[in-house]
Amino acid sequence: MFTYYLRLAFKSIKRNPILSALMITAIGLGIGASMTTVTVNYLMSANPIPHKSEQLFYVQLDSWSQFEPAREPNEPPDQITWTEATNLMQAKQAFRQTAMASTGGVIEPTGQDDKPFMASIRLAFSDFFPMFDAPFLFGNGWSENNDTNRDYVVVISKATNERVFGGENSVGRTIRIVGENFRVVGVLDDWVLVPRFYDVTTGAFDETEEVFMPFYMKQELELSNGGNTNCWKSPEGEGFIAFLQSECVNYQMWVELRDQNEKDQYMDFLNNYVNEQKALGRFARPLNNRLSNVMEWMEIEEVVADDAQIMMWVSFMFLLVCLLNTIGLLLAKFTGKASEIGLRRAVGASKTDLFIQHLVETACIGVAGGILGLGLAFLGLEGIKSLYGEFVQNLVGLDFTMMASAILLALVSSILAGMYPTWRACNIAPASQLKSQ
Amino acid sequence: MSSNQWEIGPIFRALMRNKVGAILIAIQIAVTMTIVVNSIFIILERATKIERESGIDEINSFYLTTTGFGSNFDPKSTATNDLELIRSTAGVLDAIQINAIPVSGGGWSMSFQTEPGEEKETEGAAIYMVDEHGINALDLEVIAGENFAAGDVRWRPAGVRDWPDNVIITKVLAESLFPDIGYQDVVGKTIYIQQNEPMIVKGIVDKIQAPWVGWDDLEHTVLTPEITEFESNRYYIRAQPGQRDAIMPIIEEALASSNKQRIIRGMRTVQETRERSYRADTAMIKILSTTMIILTIVTGLGIVGLASFSVNRRKKQIGTRRALGASQQAIVRYFMLENFLISTVGVLLGAVLTVGLNMLLVNIFSLNALDWYFVPAGMLVLWLVGQIAVFGPAKKAANIPPALATRTV
Repeated sequence: MFTYYLRLAFKSIKRNPILSALMITAIGLGIGASMTTVTVNYLMSANPIPHKSEQLFYVQLDSWSQFEPAREPNEPPDQITWTEATNLMQAKQAFRQTAMASTGGVIEPTGQDDKPFMASIRLAFSDFFPMFDAPFLFGNGWSENNDTNRDYVVVISKATNERVFGGENSVGRTIRIVGENFRVVGVLDDWVLVPRFYDVTTGAFDETEEVFMPFYMKQELELSNGGNTNCWKSPEGEGFIAFLQSECVNYQMWVELRDQNEKDQYMDFLNNYVNEQKALGRFARPLNNRLSNVMEWMEIEEVVADDAQIMMWVSFMFLLVCLLNTIGLLLAKFTGKASEIGLRRAVGASKTDLFIQHLVETACIGVAGGILGLGLAFLGLEGIKSLYGEFVQNLVGLDFTMMASAILLALVSSILAGMYPTWRACNIAPASQLKSQ
Repeated sequence: MSSNQWEIGPIFRALMRNKVGAILIAIQIAVTMTIVVNSIFIILERATKIERESGIDEINSFYLTTTGFGSNFDPKSTATNDLELIRSTAGVLDAIQINAIPVSGGGWSMSFQTEPGEEKETEGAAIYMVDEHGINALDLEVIAGENFAAGDVRWRPAGVRDWPDNVIITKVLAESLFPDIGYQDVVGKTIYIQQNEPMIVKGIVDKIQAPWVGWDDLEHTVLTPEITEFESNRYYIRAQPGQRDAIMPIIEEALASSNKQRIIRGMRTVQETRERSYRADTAMIKILSTTMIILTIVTGLGIVGLASFSVNRRKKQIGTRRALGASQQAIVRYFMLENFLISTVGVLLGAVLTVGLNMLLVNIFSLNALDWYFVPAGMLVLWLVGQIAVFGPAKKAANIPPALATRTV
């Protein structure tokens, strides 16, 4: 029976080729536009570390001026000072913890022909690698002792390893960075994080860094400040140390806390810490410390761009118009078939038979529209790539889930669109139609 | 002219017999109008944002970064030699070392106030550190006071936190800091940086934007007379008209070979930097325009489709009307008027939805509120789209021969 309906559907679709093409195109356009924007939003809001995003917390401390909040209405700054970074790390009150900063420096490859190049550097503690599940190709992260001893060790990215060591296992070898010799302890595998959640202060969709280096190298080698530096008060005194000891925020802090209990304890610790600092004349504002897990932090930092959201809502409205269009056209089409329906009813087809027959026809149009929509979504994503440039590279891939949901959305929406016209068509009284014949 | 002649009554009664089709078209028109009007509003806002001028000679300028390394690197002699080398290269109009590039997105800002002390009103401003060539290289005009003299320019080592004695500020900043006096009179006034440190306003320039294109106080800018002794420094080079692309590789090569203790990177034209900074806005404009156009076409084709169908269905009645004396014009008018009635419902609903969506956008994404005239303009456009779309089918209807009425199907 189904194949018979399918045959009828194709016949009917072929009978009004322009009208059918119009419906398929409308559904295709609507689905294409929606899938394009949904994909971008879906990837922007993706959970980059699903299995432990609930256990990683970003630390915010309100060290700002007593006269104004760091951010309206009463938000603490999005980064912490060097003083807090080092104090919290020494306190070691969380299961795992890392303070972080970003910087950059020149790498001088040893080969005669290789030119020196600039590399992005992340300064972190040894816990950084297990906390964020950094994938290693060779070797491992450095140890806690390396942190405290201020050893000259680094972990490098796969790309850096290719460039400097030709892709060989470089663990134990020496690499010259910012004019100093470092020992390579680990080489990371490809590490794509979308968004790069561990530091979104300079842009959530930056790549992971080329070099990872112990945090205290900042002080040891007087490395430059990467990212944003914000101060509510100027440093007291001249020089690098004065800057480090100032109230300027340029550091990020993450802790890993395994359950609510640990979280509560850590919050208590933070509050106590701030109260101690208050006694020393710092932290003039009321207690306002925050622990946000990964997805909460992405929400606070508004990682999903406003433009992307606006586009998604516009494209949903677009889909709505396309569906209304299809309903109207189907209605017209099925009304035009009134006499045929009357005839079929008169020769014995039940209302249910007719209903199913016409739903099959609508579903065919829906599937065709869905496939067209998928093609258009590919085009749309390519378009987005060319409009926004390389930084959206990781935001425009269609995966299987998205493809399947595109077809499903097309099918469901076209069947919904076909429901009312079909119902109307089936309620035609056979006699009235046969009379005029 | 009586309504009788326009046949509003019969059209309306005929419409009521096929409500659903008409309602669908009306909703389509309403939603289309909502999207079109809001899109045009966003597009115009973005376009105005992109068109703002940075105040510098963008077309002829480019910049690059030099980063020194190794213990033998001497920032002072490097900067001196580099600037001499660049300025003496044929095709270069002028060149400076500068700490940040307008419209690039990265820079340095400080707060300024007119009275020393804590808790005073301050104005934030972007800082460009330049020497006495700054005005010429950036293509600014000193509209009051004067440019820095060579003697004003000092070396700024890394980690130093005090500021030079003189400063040049933009007209807009002068007016923000001293709202009660003319900008010409701001020359010679003292302003304070870091709450207590005085700087004397030596000159006022017409216009130069801060690096952050999304910043509200985009023209709050100061120039300070300094050359930095950092490991990483930027050179901003203004070429003779038409020479930019030719001298870029020459300068890069000359710098790279003159000193091996550094790398030259990030060489880029200011034009490209502008494109990058506004890329999201340009993209939004293109995406919304495309959506808008396709959507209008889809709605238009929908109207054509439905109208064609209703013409086909009413062939016999149309033939009868023609046989009874209705002119071709009357038939066309019938369908045009029918569409006009549907569109009217649509655009009225559309007006409500348009304002509603705009309010949502204002609340959620803090966009600006729509100017009122966008709504009637949008209504007019959608009316027109409807009329144009229905004209074809109406014309076809008018060509139905009266003889059709005499035939049985």
